[in-house]
Amino acid sequence: MSPTVSQKPAPPKPETGFSVIGKRNRKVEGRRKVTGAAVYTDDLAFPRMLHARILRSPHAHARLKSIDLTKALAHPGVIAGCTGKDMPVPYGIIPWTRDEYALGLDKVAYVGDAVACVAATDERTAAEALALIEVVYEVLPTVLTIEDALAHDDEPHQVNSFAKKGNVSKHVGLTFGDVDGALAGSDVTIEETFEYAGSTHVPIEPHCAIGVPELNGVITVYSSTQVPHYLHRELARVLDMPADRIRVIQPTVGGGFGGKSEPFDLEFCVAWLARATGRPVKLLYTREEVFYAHRGRHPMRLTYKAGVSKDGVLTGVKSKIHIDGGAYSSFGLVTTYYSGQLLTAPYRFPTYEFDSTRVFTNKPCCGPKRGHGSVQPRFAFECLLDMLAEKVGMDPIEIRRRNFIGDNTRTVNELRVTSNGFLECLETVERASGWKERFRKLPFGKGLGVAGSMYISGTNYPIYPNDMPQSAVQIRVDRSGRVTVFCGASDIGQGSDSLLAYVVAEELGVELEAIRVVAADTDLTPVDMGAYSSRVTFMVGNAAIDAVKKLKKPIQQAVAEHWDVPAHSVWLAGGKVGTWEDPAKLMSPAEAFVLAESKFGTLGSVGSYNTPKDVHGTYRGGTIGASPAYSFTAHIAEVDVDVETGMVAVEKIWLAHDCGRAINPTLVEGQMDGSAYMGFAEAIMEEQAFKPTGLHDGPSLLDYKIPTSMDCPAFESHIVESVDAEGPYGAKEAGEGPLHPSVPAIANAIHDAIGVRMTQLPFTPAKVLKALREKRVQGRAWKGVV
Amino acid sequence: MKEVLQLIVNGEPQSCAVEPERTLLEALRYDLGLTGSKQGCDKGDCGACTVLVEGEPTLACITLALSVDGQRITTVEGLARGPELHPVQDTFDQYGAAQCGFCTPGMLVSAWACLEKNPAATIDDLKLALSGNLCRCTGYTKIFEACLKAGERLRTERAKAGTR
Repeated sequence: MSPTVSQKPAPPKPETGFSVIGKRNRKVEGRRKVTGAAVYTDDLAFPRMLHARILRSPHAHARLKSIDLTKALAHPGVIAGCTGKDMPVPYGIIPWTRDEYALGLDKVAYVGDAVACVAATDERTAAEALALIEVVYEVLPTVLTIEDALAHDDEPHQVNSFAKKGNVSKHVGLTFGDVDGALAGSDVTIEETFEYAGSTHVPIEPHCAIGVPELNGVITVYSSTQVPHYLHRELARVLDMPADRIRVIQPTVGGGFGGKSEPFDLEFCVAWLARATGRPVKLLYTREEVFYAHRGRHPMRLTYKAGVSKDGVLTGVKSKIHIDGGAYSSFGLVTTYYSGQLLTAPYRFPTYEFDSTRVFTNKPCCGPKRGHGSVQPRFAFECLLDMLAEKVGMDPIEIRRRNFIGDNTRTVNELRVTSNGFLECLETVERASGWKERFRKLPFGKGLGVAGSMYISGTNYPIYPNDMPQSAVQIRVDRSGRVTVFCGASDIGQGSDSLLAYVVAEELGVELEAIRVVAADTDLTPVDMGAYSSRVTFMVGNAAIDAVKKLKKPIQQAVAEHWDVPAHSVWLAGGKVGTWEDPAKLMSPAEAFVLAESKFGTLGSVGSYNTPKDVHGTYRGGTIGASPAYSFTAHIAEVDVDVETGMVAVEKIWLAHDCGRAINPTLVEGQMDGSAYMGFAEAIMEEQAFKPTGLHDGPSLLDYKIPTSMDCPAFESHIVESVDAEGPYGAKEAGEGPLHPSVPAIANAIHDAIGVRMTQLPFTPAKVLKALREKRVQGRAWKGVV
Repeated sequence: MKEVLQLIVNGEPQSCAVEPERTLLEALRYDLGLTGSKQGCDKGDCGACTVLVEGEPTLACITLALSVDGQRITTVEGLARGPELHPVQDTFDQYGAAQCGFCTPGMLVSAWACLEKNPAATIDDLKLALSGNLCRCTGYTKIFEACLKAGERLRTERAKAGTR
C-alpha cells in the first residue's frame, strides 16, 4: 500500500490587507461574559417551572427487578415521575451502537447509572422524593478492569449486551505493509508498554437542561450541549415524536471539552416530564453527577514496537492497544479506530500495524475528551521515539525532523495531508526553549523534553451517513445595514460565534459591530453538526464564506448599475463600498444594501460546506480519521523533579501549533494555552479512579484535583501559519491538537531530568519515586548521579 | 419557615424571604434574579460563586444567606462603573481571559478585590488571589495577562487622580 503523493500545487502565499482576519478582535459575546449578562441554561427560569432529579444506581452492575414510584409520587410537592419503561427506545450517538436508555430499562451498569426521575415544585423536594423510590436490584458480578472484561464471557459478567462476544465493545486490526519484516530488518527496535489513566473533562458548568411545552405539542429543550443537532435527532427517537415538533436551543455553554457532545439522561427526562406535566421542567446535575456522566478520556494500555535504521529513520511501527470503555459504547467505535488511525503523521511510517480492542466495564462510560482517542497513543509513541533517539545517539528533535512526512502527501494509512507546518513548529520551540544549549546539560533533577503531534480539522464523514452538508450558514441583511448570521454551530467558549462574525465581516466588508450571530437553535438556524472533532473553524468558516459569496453578487450588481461601472469592479471592505474604477465613489454598506434590496427584493443567502469524499483510505475503516486538513503541533516541556519527594514541577511549556491561519490570534493562543494546560493536568495530577466496588474514588472537585492558578506551568504559545489551500482563509483547527504533545513532552523531560522513563500516568510522586528506586537498583548513572 | 433577608447588593437595598438553609448563591440567583454568579460545584471547591461580602471574596454557595443579613454584597453585576466596564472587566474581554465564561464572574470578583487593594499586584500575588477560582479553559495564562494589564490601567488612573 504505497503512499500516493497528490499533485496539488503549493498553497497560495498569505494574502495581506485583511481588515478582520488575523486581528486580535474581541469576541462577539465577550462583554456579556465579563458583566455576568451571558445566559447559561441554569440562568433561565420559566413560570410554573418544575425541578427534576434523577435516582442513580448504588450498584456497579445489577438487574432492575422492580421500580416503585408510588411513595415518591405521593410526597407533597412531587408532580410527576418516570422510569426506563416510559422511554424504552434506545439511543446512542453512533447509529450502529444505540445501547443506552434514558433511564435504566432492565439493568444498570455502573454506580451512578440512571434509574428513575421525579419532578417536583422545587429541587429539594425532588431530592427528598428520590429516597422514597423503591427499587429492587438483583446484583450481578462486577467487571472493573480490562483483564476482568476479557476474562469473562458468561452472561452475568456481560456488562453490555451490545458486545458481540463477552465484553468486547469493538475490535479493529489494520496492517499497512510488511511491518514484521521491516522491524526484523531494523538496526534498532524497542518495545515498551504504556498505561494511560482515564480522566474527565470537568467543565465548570455542570450539565443542565430545561424542557418547555409549547403550542401545538412542540417541546423546546434548552440544554448545555455541544451537539444540538444530534440531541434533536435522538430526542425525536426516544420521545417518539416527529423532529419538527422538537426544538433544541443551546444557551451559552460553560465549557464542554467533549463532555457534552452526546445526549444525556437529563435531556430526555426534562422533555418527557414537560410533555407529561404540561409544565417547564429543569434538571441541573450536581457536580457528583457530572463525574458519572463522564464520557472522558479512555484508560488505555498500549504496547508499541518500533524500529529505526541506525541513522534514525523509522522502518515500522506496531501496536497492541486495550481500551477501557466503561459501560456503554458512546463514541467508542470511533475511539477504537482513532487509537490507531491518527498516529501516522507528522512522521512517515513506511509500515504500520495496530490492533485495538475496546472493552465494556462497569464504570461510567468513556468517550471523547479533547484529542479524542489519539492523545493516549501519541503519548506512548512520542516516548518510544525518544527512546529510539537515545539508542541511536540522536537528538530527539533531529529524529523527529528526519522522519517528517512533508506536506501535500498521503500517510501510510492513506490519509490525505495537505498543509503541514510541523518543521516550523519544531524549529520554533527548539529556539524559544534554548534547547540546543540546555538539553542534557541541565543539572540532575532538571530537564527538557520534546514531542510532536497531528490532529484532524473535523471528519470527512458525519456521524450518521448522509449526503447533506456538514455545515450551513444563512445570512440576512437589510436596509439598516445590519447583517444577521444564522448557523447551527455551537459556541462552547472556543469562539464559534465570533468566528462566524469575523468571517462574514471580512468577506462582506462590513464592520464587526454590524453583525449579529444567531446560533444553535434548531428552529432558527440551519443544521451544523456541532462542536466536536475540531470541525468548527474549518467547516463553519467555509460555509460562511460560501453564503457571503452568493449574497455579494446582487449587491455588487446593484451598486455597479447605480455608479455605471462593471460589477466586478465593486468592492466591499472595511465597512465601505467602492469601485476600482473611481476612488472618489464610496458608500456605506447600508446604502449598498438599499440599492440591492430595491432592485432584487429582500436580501439573503445560504451557504454550506461539505467535505471532500474522495480522500480516504480504500480499505474497510479507511474513512475514519480522514479529515479535510490536519493541524500539527510541537511542545517542549521543562521540568524540575524533586528526587526526595518525587514531585514533578512542570516549569514551562513552549508550544508551537500550525493552525493554518489564525483567524484571531488571541483566540488561537487561548485554545493552545488551554490544551497544553489540560494535557499537563492529565500528565501530573488527574485520574478518574474507582474503588474495587466500582464506586468513584471521589466525585468532587476537592478529591478530583484539577490545576489551580498556583499549579500551572507558564505556557508560551507560538502560532505557525501554513495557510491551508482548502481552509477558510487557510485556517485549520486549534482546539484539540495542541493538547497531544503535552504529556509525552513532560515524560521525556522527566527522563532528561532524572534518567527514568515514566510509562504510567499520572506522573505522581509515588510513581516517580518507584521509578527512581528501580533505576538505582539497576545501578545506571544519569548525568553523573548514580 | 422563611425569614426576611435584607441585603445591600451592588449598592442597592434588596430583600426577600428565604428558608434558613437557603445559600447566599441561591438567594442571589433564584430569589433576586442576579444570575451572574455561578454554581459550579455547590461545595465551595470551584469558586464560580465568589462574591464580595463587605469587600471580602466569599464563596456564596457555602454561605447561608441569613448569615450575611444586612451586609453589603458585590457580585459581578456590580463591578462595572455604570455603563463603563471596570478595567479588569475590559481587559478580560480584550485579552481573551473569558473563554466559556463560566468561571469568569467569580474570577473577576477575586481579581477585582486583589487589584483594587493593590494595583501593583505581581503575577505571584495574582496566582494566590485567584487560587480559589478554578478555570478549565485558559490555563490561566490570559487571565494573568488581563489582570496585569488591568493593574497598569488602575495605576495610571490613580496616578492621574493623584496629580489632579
